[in-house]
Amino acid sequence: MSAANTPEKPKNPQRRKALEEMARFSASAAAACVLVGGLGQQSKALPAQALRPPGALPEKDFLSACVRCGLCVRDCPYGTLKLADWSDGPALGTPFFHARNVPCEMCDTIPCVKACPTGALEHSLVDIAKAKMGVAVITSRETCLNLHGLRCDVCYRVCPVIDKAITLERTHNARTDKHAIFEPVVHPDYCTGCGKCEKSCVLTQAAIKVLPREMAALSQDAHYKRGWVEKDKAGGALVDAPVKLPTRGLDAPAAPAAPPSGLPNSNWRP
Amino acid sequence: MAANLTPYIEAEEKKGFWQAHRFGILRRLSQLFFLALFLTGPLFGLWIAKGTIASSMTLNVLPLTDPFVLVQSLATRHWPEGLALIGAGIVLVGYLLLGGRSYCAWVCPLNPVTDFAAFLRRKLGITTSAKLRAETRHYFAVGLVIMSALTGMVAWELVNPITALHRALVFGTFFGLLPALAIFLFDLFVAKHGWCGHLCPVGAAYGAIGKVALLRVSAPARAACDDCMDCFAVCPEPHVITPALRGGKTGASPVILSADCTLCGACIDTCPERVFAFTHRFDARALEPRALATTPLPTCERIAS
Repeated sequence: MSAANTPEKPKNPQRRKALEEMARFSASAAAACVLVGGLGQQSKALPAQALRPPGALPEKDFLSACVRCGLCVRDCPYGTLKLADWSDGPALGTPFFHARNVPCEMCDTIPCVKACPTGALEHSLVDIAKAKMGVAVITSRETCLNLHGLRCDVCYRVCPVIDKAITLERTHNARTDKHAIFEPVVHPDYCTGCGKCEKSCVLTQAAIKVLPREMAALSQDAHYKRGWVEKDKAGGALVDAPVKLPTRGLDAPAAPAAPPSGLPNSNWRP
Repeated sequence: MAANLTPYIEAEEKKGFWQAHRFGILRRLSQLFFLALFLTGPLFGLWIAKGTIASSMTLNVLPLTDPFVLVQSLATRHWPEGLALIGAGIVLVGYLLLGGRSYCAWVCPLNPVTDFAAFLRRKLGITTSAKLRAETRHYFAVGLVIMSALTGMVAWELVNPITALHRALVFGTFFGLLPALAIFLFDLFVAKHGWCGHLCPVGAAYGAIGKVALLRVSAPARAACDDCMDCFAVCPEPHVITPALRGGKTGASPVILSADCTLCGACIDTCPERVFAFTHRFDARALEPRALATTPLPTCERIAS
């Protein structure tokens, strides 16, 4: 065996062994940490139908603040809130609710927020009508009874912020040509995302669902200027009105032409 | 050195059953007590403590928060409400007085599980054990705080088997039982005192408090030690005993100063010669061999006299 192939004898074998061992164990601790961190990244995705309690910080901040103690769950008088098990979807041990199971009853005193020791539920929320747990959306226009021209109205009637968060907009029923359609329309500015509408939708699968606000209640792109809004803000037209040109040859109203005989005299005019 | 698989027997013969098991029994009662505080509410509608051991509210006046959880939350740059800060402060002061890792032995819901694994190990005569380094938990704890800062979430609470078990028992979340089961099997078949003694970052955090904590176990009658090794067999952190028990020749303090000591009192229970006793950090009294030989009183009374 040549000298070049002989491994060099360590000068201090004990020190080398200790260093090796330390490297091994700090490496395994680091690996465990990375594993936990990776799991953390995974569990940041909140299922769309899992709602956080009122006053919850945006999901990312919520996960840095919530210590998963369950005090909000304990102080919820309606059993709405639940701590997430591994099979539930939201990050393990964090509070959530499914509107279709038990919606938020919007207590005036907001006990869940008061119970939160860390501020994961913001204590600055004192008016429950300002809660933003999500936003209701008619997710199925094809099955909503009101959109068929029936007067179900249940989502509208149960809404705690009735006539603000949900209004019924009357339109013409083109199918029967003589009835009205009372379309439930959600107004995200007022909707708290309590989920009472989703809970009480009479269909087997709710036609109205509460979705995360970042999915369904978006703010207008700043670079789109809507002329009518700008006009209102400025208190008048921002540009000169188009030049009024004289109308020629049409000054006198033309005599109505007699309908051709044989055709029904409808009042239809182009 | 062959492992001693029959501790407590000599202690029972010399001191009687109660003296040989009192801290073991008191510990179980303490663990049950802290669990019962959380369970009377959901079971009987009598609310004493709400929440879990991560953060709780007792009788609507006493907030308590786990300091390690709070440190991770702070690392994510979230500034918590005063309630969590006060709660963590109370816990910190409590364990500064009561010994740091006494949390592990007297409060932690996972401790009966790992104790049971250690008990079965002795009964089944399992002596093989994977080699783990006790320092791993310190790296792990620091790593988790860094991981919290990097991921922006309270990293350990994603998997923490302690709070998962507590949530499982108090809130009925079934899957929380699985990590505890995994740790039981790990401690039983893979490594002796594997979890609590080597890996648990929560224990490491409470150990950091224990570095300066007041309540300690001491070996004031170490001169009476007859090297039966029973204490080493039952101690979950056997390395903490040696400096105090064998320090007589060098004049080292008989107080077990290592922060790894969980103050479980198993050494006090199992020692037939009444070498060990609870005391405070600054009580460095050690009895002379001559005093031991001439005094017929039990150890604790000898110290008192």
